[in-house]
Amino acid sequence: MSWIPATEDERRAMLDVVGVDDIDALFEVIPEALRLKSWDMPPGKSEMAVRNHITQLAIKNDVCSTSYLGGGFYDHYIPSAVDALSNRSEFYTAYTPYQPECSQGTLQAIYEYQTAICRLTGLDFANASLYDGGTAVFEAATLAMRVTRRDKIVVQDSLSPIYRKILESHTEHLGVELVDGDDPTGAACVIVQNPDFLGTVKDFTDLGARCREAGALLVVSCYPIALGMLKTPGEMNADIAVAEGQSLGMPLGFGGPYLGIMAVSKRCVRKMPGRIAGMTVDTNGERGFVLTLQAREQHIRREKAMSNICSNQALCALRALIYLSLMGKHGLHEVAVACHSKAEYLKEQLDFVEFLNDGPTFNEFAVRLPKSAETVVAALLQRGIHAGLPLAALDAGGENDLLIAVTEKRSREDLDVFAKALKEAACS
Amino acid sequence: MQLIYEQCKGRRAITLDALDVPEAALPRELCRESLAELPELSELDVVRHFTRLSQRNVGVDDKFYPLGSCTMKYNPKMTETVAAYPGLAEVHPHLSTATVYHKHCQGAFELIHTLEKQLAEIAGMKAASLQPMAGAHGELAGVLLMAAYHRDHGNDHKKTIIVPDAAHGTNPASAALAGFKVREVPSTKAGVVDLAAFKEALTDDVAGIMLTCPNTHGLFEPDIKRIAALSQENDSLLYYDGANLNAIIGQCRPGDLGFNVMHYNLHKTFATPHGMGGPGSGPVGVCERLAPYLPGPRVVQGENGYELFTPEKSIGRLAPFFGNFLIAVRAYAYIAHYGGDGLKDVARMAVLNANYMLARLKEAYTPAFEGTCMHECVFTATPQADKGIHALDIAKALLDYGFHAPTIYFPLTVKECLMIEPTETENKDTLDAFCDAMLDIAKRVDSDPQGLHDAPISTPVGRLDEVKAARELNCCKPLGD
Repeated sequence: MSWIPATEDERRAMLDVVGVDDIDALFEVIPEALRLKSWDMPPGKSEMAVRNHITQLAIKNDVCSTSYLGGGFYDHYIPSAVDALSNRSEFYTAYTPYQPECSQGTLQAIYEYQTAICRLTGLDFANASLYDGGTAVFEAATLAMRVTRRDKIVVQDSLSPIYRKILESHTEHLGVELVDGDDPTGAACVIVQNPDFLGTVKDFTDLGARCREAGALLVVSCYPIALGMLKTPGEMNADIAVAEGQSLGMPLGFGGPYLGIMAVSKRCVRKMPGRIAGMTVDTNGERGFVLTLQAREQHIRREKAMSNICSNQALCALRALIYLSLMGKHGLHEVAVACHSKAEYLKEQLDFVEFLNDGPTFNEFAVRLPKSAETVVAALLQRGIHAGLPLAALDAGGENDLLIAVTEKRSREDLDVFAKALKEAACS
Repeated sequence: MQLIYEQCKGRRAITLDALDVPEAALPRELCRESLAELPELSELDVVRHFTRLSQRNVGVDDKFYPLGSCTMKYNPKMTETVAAYPGLAEVHPHLSTATVYHKHCQGAFELIHTLEKQLAEIAGMKAASLQPMAGAHGELAGVLLMAAYHRDHGNDHKKTIIVPDAAHGTNPASAALAGFKVREVPSTKAGVVDLAAFKEALTDDVAGIMLTCPNTHGLFEPDIKRIAALSQENDSLLYYDGANLNAIIGQCRPGDLGFNVMHYNLHKTFATPHGMGGPGSGPVGVCERLAPYLPGPRVVQGENGYELFTPEKSIGRLAPFFGNFLIAVRAYAYIAHYGGDGLKDVARMAVLNANYMLARLKEAYTPAFEGTCMHECVFTATPQADKGIHALDIAKALLDYGFHAPTIYFPLTVKECLMIEPTETENKDTLDAFCDAMLDIAKRVDSDPQGLHDAPISTPVGRLDEVKAARELNCCKPLGD
């Protein structure tokens, strides 16, 4: 096989040094009765045949339609340099920087990523990333429990129903009291989302103050692109910000890999889960970077660790950092303004729907159509449009309710075509 | 080297199309007070910065990376190519959420379904789920499955999980996250589970046992059949930590050994890149008894193509969709290339390579355990440490010889531990060059101890002050600094 280089002669020479006759001798410790006799696996294929086969699978997926799907995962433009740089194999074929002297690229990138996340969220400390935005909500909840020594988690209905389910699955055996609403009394934290799942922009500043009075932490799950414009979790008195970082240069990829962002206030940092890169100096006094506060982590603390997490999404964090560096201070704001403006333009064209949001929206909004959302979506599929997410599919709305997201990639012409097609399908 | 935030201000890299709709604004009270202080550089500035950062890194493509327990094998380029196909990389995950879209993501569904079936077959399990997003997440899935099973069977007293002292730290941490108490059992001098101690620990309250096999000493557990039988008699579930699956793939299967539930590390056994620490992928596999509890939704084959189904007793959702799909794509391509026969050669060469290194190095370094090893060889550098050269010094010296270091100080059961895992993708010349370097370092313990203390000298920075980093925590560049 092409990825195993040993020749027959080399195998023979190595066996001689080991002092056994054949490779089987090295597996004698496995009882004969337990050895694999046969299995139902396909024969191998050449590289060319594998690529052809996977091409055949890929063309069964529709990525050509114009998409208005959002629901926490957005079709933003990814600059070419994000792929070009993150595809450097010095990055993607490296592992955790256990030997910092030969991993300064990774460590400095993580430090710069952490800095970008702090500046984006208005908080003081960030970790090197978690798996995704959903498990980040879970990690935020358990972090709040450690900081406050309380076990009640209050979840506002602004939070994505998918994240709510992930939180439930992960906390089921932890003796956590999961409560709906936003009353911080006796709670470890109140978890909210901004913009909320239906796209409404909120100001949680007062809730943040109420949380502080009640000794609870405010956890804000946010949308990083929206932070190009919106009030930050830090400005809202939040102690923990989490986010799905997919929008910062990650392809949609049918659900992953994504990027779990976490930033915290000073009172939480030493109980924060996940890796953290810190600045230090080497023996010559030169600046360098290392993983720090490792005494929080599982390889030292074992069952008393802050989390079982043993990795981070470092390559995804690198992509986010490159994305933010390319867009820059003004570019990120412009992307946010473009998303918001285009969504507002589309809303103006939709004079035949009922809007379900209870306030201003960023780039996503929910509408009630005159007929079933699935029927309308099916009609628009015929015209090469993914019209949005029928909310009933997530028990997040009625049969006629549709969640529509707009990114900077949609042109005015796209929006005009969509508005017209939606009207024809919904009102016919 | 400068931080990206210390470079020029005022330049622009990417500009958008001019806004083709009227500019809209949100109420001021909903907006941030000032723009986030991100870099303001040209595209070439950004490209130079990250290219220079990459040059301060080492990956498998650069150098031999024998990091024990991490299986740093070659990440085939073909798997990167297919994972970037737009027909996979650009599929919106919410196409899976509403049934009306399902005919638009049948290729992705087919790939998920096929890979789950293949992973189950590879490990002798009934079914697998790709949802867990990393090895530790797969462990958590596994212990949540055990908890759900026991609760469903009225075993409320089963609140303890047994973990050997040589286990990865994630095992006890994952067990604790699922609400279990952890009971540690010691290893024997030979480096395997102490069967007598195990029997004593296996009381009625034991919900499960988490084992790595071969274990982190690089040794196959010789009593595995007995351990599995005792566990089953006690109605305890046996968990297989798939971290070391590369040692046995195609030779024996965890399911046939008596394991009930396991996780796979696609980034180890199935060659997906480690990405500086992630993203990985940690699918969970189960025997028939546990299949009804798997995370949902699951992709199943229906009459009109693939569709979704959530098992009745599912432990719920662990990931927003189907785990790290584009990592699964790479593993799928890897398996497709090797096929059943090719995969059998993987473990055989991984084990031969490790034993070759063990044989070459044991003249100068003390093996932690007697006999042959599986896919990794473990040494104790205590004789060197007695002379003032610690495992850390040996690791740092190796960096100057042009290699990444092995894993050091893990497992915790071996003093001054050096844990070397060559994998099957390295050739004999590379192994020889590494062994030559190790043997040279062994000589320098007497002839040049100061040189070893001073290493590394060829890396972008010298040894770093970790105490200062923790004491004067600086993990974010302050504004205006």
